[in-house]
Amino acid sequence: MSEWSQALRAVGKNGGAGVATISGNRALQIEEPLLFEQDSPGHCGIDLPEPPPVKSRLGGLERRGAIGLPGLSEPQVVRHFTRLSQKNYAIDSGMYPLGSCTMKHNPRLNEKMARLPGFGDVHPLQPVQTVQGALELIDTLAHWLKTLTGMPAVALSPAAGAHGELCGIMTIRAALEARGNPRRRILVPESAHGTNPATAAACGYTVEAIPADATGRVDTAALKGALGPDVAALMLTNPNTCGLFERDIIEIAEAVHAAGAFFYCDGANFNAIVGRVRPAELGIDALHINLHKTFSTPHGGGGPGSGPVVLAAELAAFAPVPWIVHAENGFALVESETGVAADAIGRLKGFHGQMGMFVRALTYMMSHGADGLRQVAEDAVLNANYLRVLLQDVMSVSFPGTCMHEVLFDDRFLRDSGVTTLDFAKAMIDEGFHPMTMYFPLVVHGALLIEPTETESKASLDQFATVLRGLIGRIKAGDTASFAAAPQLTPRRRLDETGAARKPVLRWRPEPVHQAAAE
Amino acid sequence: MRYLPLTEADRRDMLATVGVDSIDDLFVDVPDAARHTGLVDLPLAMGELAVERRLSAMAARNVSAGSVPFFCGGGAYRHHVPAAVDHLIQRGEFLTSYTPYQPELAQGTLQYLFEFQTQVALLTGMEVANASLYDGATACAEAVAMAGRATRRRKSVLSGGLHPHYRAVCETYAQFTGETLLVQDPAPGGGEDLMVLVDKDTACVVVQNPDFYGEIRDYSELAEQCHRAGALLVVVVTEILSLGAIRSPGEMGADIVAAEGQSFGNALNFGGPYVGLFATREKFVRQMPGRLAGQTTDAEGRRGWVLTLSTREQHIRREKATSNICTNAGLCALAFTIHLSLLGEAGLTGLAQLNHALAVTAAERLAAVPGVALVNDSFFNEFALRLPRPAAGIVDALAERGVLAGVPVSRFYPDRAELADVLLVAVTETVTEDDIEQFARELAGELAEVLR
Repeated sequence: MSEWSQALRAVGKNGGAGVATISGNRALQIEEPLLFEQDSPGHCGIDLPEPPPVKSRLGGLERRGAIGLPGLSEPQVVRHFTRLSQKNYAIDSGMYPLGSCTMKHNPRLNEKMARLPGFGDVHPLQPVQTVQGALELIDTLAHWLKTLTGMPAVALSPAAGAHGELCGIMTIRAALEARGNPRRRILVPESAHGTNPATAAACGYTVEAIPADATGRVDTAALKGALGPDVAALMLTNPNTCGLFERDIIEIAEAVHAAGAFFYCDGANFNAIVGRVRPAELGIDALHINLHKTFSTPHGGGGPGSGPVVLAAELAAFAPVPWIVHAENGFALVESETGVAADAIGRLKGFHGQMGMFVRALTYMMSHGADGLRQVAEDAVLNANYLRVLLQDVMSVSFPGTCMHEVLFDDRFLRDSGVTTLDFAKAMIDEGFHPMTMYFPLVVHGALLIEPTETESKASLDQFATVLRGLIGRIKAGDTASFAAAPQLTPRRRLDETGAARKPVLRWRPEPVHQAAAE
Repeated sequence: MRYLPLTEADRRDMLATVGVDSIDDLFVDVPDAARHTGLVDLPLAMGELAVERRLSAMAARNVSAGSVPFFCGGGAYRHHVPAAVDHLIQRGEFLTSYTPYQPELAQGTLQYLFEFQTQVALLTGMEVANASLYDGATACAEAVAMAGRATRRRKSVLSGGLHPHYRAVCETYAQFTGETLLVQDPAPGGGEDLMVLVDKDTACVVVQNPDFYGEIRDYSELAEQCHRAGALLVVVVTEILSLGAIRSPGEMGADIVAAEGQSFGNALNFGGPYVGLFATREKFVRQMPGRLAGQTTDAEGRRGWVLTLSTREQHIRREKATSNICTNAGLCALAFTIHLSLLGEAGLTGLAQLNHALAVTAAERLAAVPGVALVNDSFFNEFALRLPRPAAGIVDALAERGVLAGVPVSRFYPDRAELADVLLVAVTETVTEDDIEQFARELAGELAEVLR
């Protein structure tokens, strides 16, 4: 048998990992150099008109040398970025069960609406009478968010979830200062996102971690013990990052309020309860909502996000500018800390917030309506519980009972197998799935946090469970070498993250001109 | 509902598999008092067409920039975005992927972030750049915070030429971090002596180039003076295209550059999302906020990309992180990178020249309108005019006449009478010579009426 036909036979067995090609390309996986390595000096992908002849007014500060940007034509640029895109996994291509990240379907109507010239091609500083529709859209979004949460006010400008946290804690601090004492400590459960303690610290507070109890929820007794006259706020995620609803939340809110503190809720997981639970009824004073999670604005490879914060009446006066207010002849913008916004904490962002995300989120909300949004929460919770039951006999569920929108496993099921959570995740990649969130939350060992979201079909969940069970079957059979070697079928195998951090290369630089060549 | 794949039969089967009778049994942990039975008081689901009608009606109530002669700037600029940019960023593999935490499944995102970082470093004349922040204003506040960490000093000096929103965001952050900010008064066209405010406790001096009023300045000497005093120089750029024409902050000696990158690839979007650029010197890299993509090798020795130096970040360091930031402006950074790739060195230079030439044409034409004076000695594509009447009223009146004439400075400083007559006018490649003529004619007409 020829070498080639042997290789072809191997394709059938291992998916083609062993086939060498002349180009280094592998069918749909095409190697693509950096832009900077494709320079045709002087070339350009855009045709520009000649400028009118004028005398320069640059004040003698004209640029002196070349910047070093490569020249490419449009087809080269289109091909470059198309090839790069083909090296990405996406929710459009398959299940992306990253716990706490809420990778749900991103409807394309959202994109279409955000690109209407009346929204996309409008400047933030146009006269307000020329942007009444934009202000109406923001005001309508505010109405939906307030109604869904039961809260009386909302600050829309925060650019992402962590920025929303900053807004919420700044607002709380301002309210406490108005009472005469900003206090010193903020309580944060151990299972919280890293942004919570980082936010508290950025606002000048000392962070005190509160342990979880045996059921994966915040230890209510420990929390009550930690409360005191110097506590400014509790930052609690609900449902929490173990995928569990904090059963004692009303009791916790009462204790926090009795201590004169505020109750901040991280709303990253609001998608589990939207339409079924209004945070106001849980005693929450401030809560941010990640529009890119609950309300389907695209994650875009890491942003942009949008993190509006709903506020209780006692905090509303401190919300950052801009405020949109109803005036005699339509909507008006309050852009500085004057008049009705005299107590505002200031400004958190340039202009008025992530308008493009507002349009997308409102499009999604209107598409679902009050009925559909409730169904969103129900299906998200049903899908997670379904996976929990399909996997609980072979994987180790961290906490007993039903879960909300995500289910947390730990690595006890891998004990003594030699396979780690990381290896297991990498093996899922070769099976065509994006792994779940790994090693978070920190309250269990080797966490695997699975969030399917409501936009996965039953067939998709069944296939996912079948694959995970198959992988576990392989481990049980002692076939663990493939886990350490995974992934094998991706454009790159496992990447050396330690080496990257030890000697950081953070940008391209031209190859140094060789001494001999220069002479 | 079109976005939900489960059928009623699926739901029944799945509830049976889970071993519960109804969906309510999965919400048992919710306290009774907080269970919302029935629907919230909002409209019911709508089909695509119905949603489109409703939102299009709202959009139609706005005057879009492309429908009139348009001269607004002030930190957000209307540029022509090539068709390929918006097409490419809507590829699902870019649009619907997450932060590249699993690098083997995200080499596309990681490579373009590495290219983005390189482009930003080259443009700003700095050694390293991060993978983007929310916007220019928050990048500026992060720069002030970073200067404090790097110098272990707690006081910063802000130029009066800094964009008022950038200044306001710095002031808001500083209230909570306890940093002291010494803020100069705005003085369009005038100079300022920032060094008199610098002492041994000064972490940084923040200036903008071109400044908020469009004036271009050489900060080389200020950089040297800052360094002698042990302080850092932060240079803010709100119109990143200007670096196609003028000397970079890096060449002037800046230690940190905080900039707005909206001009490349990103539409006006009524103010966001935009893309914050952040660049610095290599020696400060471990003090930087935000994500960084870095080069590495895979198990077979091939070049690849990962997120790196994460030990600075909140998900590892929690309360000791350099910033609480998690999200970047991924897709906006991609748009920036694609647009700049299409431009290349030649296109960037040509586009910058075109902007400048049109701005000079407009400045000369508008300054020739009786009663109007140009404030600037120098400018790139934006300048300040002093009008014989409060600018806000003139802008509103010109909007009625079908011209969006720019941004009155009083919008930012409503209480400063000395700025009431100042109008910021931005002129990009989207402006035609006919637009300039129409603006000048309508301005002359309006002024003739109010001065009569």
